[in-house]
Amino acid sequence: MPANHIIISGFGGQGIVAAGKTLIYAAMLDGMKVSLLPSYGPEMRGGFANCHVIISEEPIASPIISKPDLVIAMSLPALEKFEHRIKSGGSLIIDSYLIKRSNFRDDIDVVMVPATRMAIDAGNVKFANVIMLGVMMELLGCPGLKSMGKAIMNMLPDDKKLLYDKEMEALRLGQEYAAAHQVCIK
Amino acid sequence: MEKKLLRGNEAIAEAAIRAGCRFYAGYPITPQTELSEYLARHMQKAGGVFIQAESEISAINMVYGAAGTGVRAMTSSSSPGISLKQEAISYMAASELPALIVNVMRVGPGLGGILPSQSDYFQATKGGGHGDYRMVVLTPDSVQEMFDFTIEAFDIADKYRMPVMLLADGILGQMTEIVALRDIKPNSFEKSWATTGTGMKRRHNIINSLYIQPEESQELNLRLQMRYNIIKEKEQRYEIINPEADIMLVAFGIVARVAKQAVAELSKEGVSAGLIRPKAVWPFPETCFTRAAKAYIVAELNAGQMIEDVRLAVNGRAPVHAINRLGGNLLTVEDIKQRVIEIVGGVPSACAI
Repeated sequence: MPANHIIISGFGGQGIVAAGKTLIYAAMLDGMKVSLLPSYGPEMRGGFANCHVIISEEPIASPIISKPDLVIAMSLPALEKFEHRIKSGGSLIIDSYLIKRSNFRDDIDVVMVPATRMAIDAGNVKFANVIMLGVMMELLGCPGLKSMGKAIMNMLPDDKKLLYDKEMEALRLGQEYAAAHQVCIK
Repeated sequence: MEKKLLRGNEAIAEAAIRAGCRFYAGYPITPQTELSEYLARHMQKAGGVFIQAESEISAINMVYGAAGTGVRAMTSSSSPGISLKQEAISYMAASELPALIVNVMRVGPGLGGILPSQSDYFQATKGGGHGDYRMVVLTPDSVQEMFDFTIEAFDIADKYRMPVMLLADGILGQMTEIVALRDIKPNSFEKSWATTGTGMKRRHNIINSLYIQPEESQELNLRLQMRYNIIKEKEQRYEIINPEADIMLVAFGIVARVAKQAVAELSKEGVSAGLIRPKAVWPFPETCFTRAAKAYIVAELNAGQMIEDVRLAVNGRAPVHAINRLGGNLLTVEDIKQRVIEIVGGVPSACAI
């Protein structure tokens, strides 16, 4: 698996930590070692959210990521905070509907996904994080779809299980977007 | 064995229930509140008592009372709340009562902030309350160990009849990892001292920490000290990586995780570095220091507290350096590697903070 140090970031309310939890649950089902460190600090109150996710075949030493392989940025402050920390040769996925910028570091792959627009078109703005997970799955080749399905079901509270089909649809939208735009992470 | 994703705080709570803890009292404080939340949901189902007390002081005194009846009891808090509990901890030590106190440390002094810290090391290991007493202080470095050490903590507390502390930090409390949930049959300990009613068959048991007569007071104190000496001999807990290395890092808790990665990377780069990780900081694992390395570097999220115990253990046989972070900031792998390389190069900077 090419990238295993991932920072997911954006505004509080976009489901940033929920996306991280879903991702590690699925990776765990695939037999990987995982860790998740949610943003935890005074910044939470200012509306900034992020989580450090590590997925690895080996035992994980430090759960704190200083140089991520992959950053998913769903807000401009998140992009500005993490872009410079990405490893040279690493990847950046941004929500291009929310972040209007065209200049990026030239030593990283940048994938632009209008995730929030796609989610609105699909009927629920809250699915933007799931679309991002779909993009990431396609790019990384993991976790498996079956495990992601189980993870999404697990994350939904009992009174919201009806959303499962729509979330799986959002996941598929993300995967298809990534496949159609032939973006791949080295 | 069942494997589950759990937050550090939740792992402690789940372990407590599995260890047979049936009384919890606490008061919310970031970054340990998830522990209370979890027990609020699950303790009653397990047939135990969960109380959100009106204050930390009230909570620890409820634990004091519950422990006196022989039930496995615990409380948890974060640094400022733990300060409030010190009086009752001292009373429990004097009354020879087992209980678990969890401190998910945040930055101080004062109300400080909610970010992670290790600055309660002195308070935990040198007696935060008054009097000549000690607590066994366990220091996990993963969510799995939050689970495992909680179970062990109850056994240690019962075995030696004393309060035991689980000393974690905000990151360990907040992070999520996979935990193998052992189904355990809680060890049962004879508690003939518990105040459970005489049934008109024996004399009253009395739980007390007041000893007016100097002879009585001395007897208690000598008994406690003898017990602590046994613990110092039998309960040193540690992990060592590359024990023969020139430079030995010393770190506990979340810093040990960062140090492990630094050691792995340094070893690949040909630098002779190892790690001593106390799994308990009292009793301090002095036995790890019988071989003197060329130098030691103590990495801590405080202004230099454990370093005093390292210096005592090394006893002048090798230089002991520090690397610290304060105010809720973290040490990174790069910070630690750079410090090691400085020491190896022989030009250590005077101040590493």
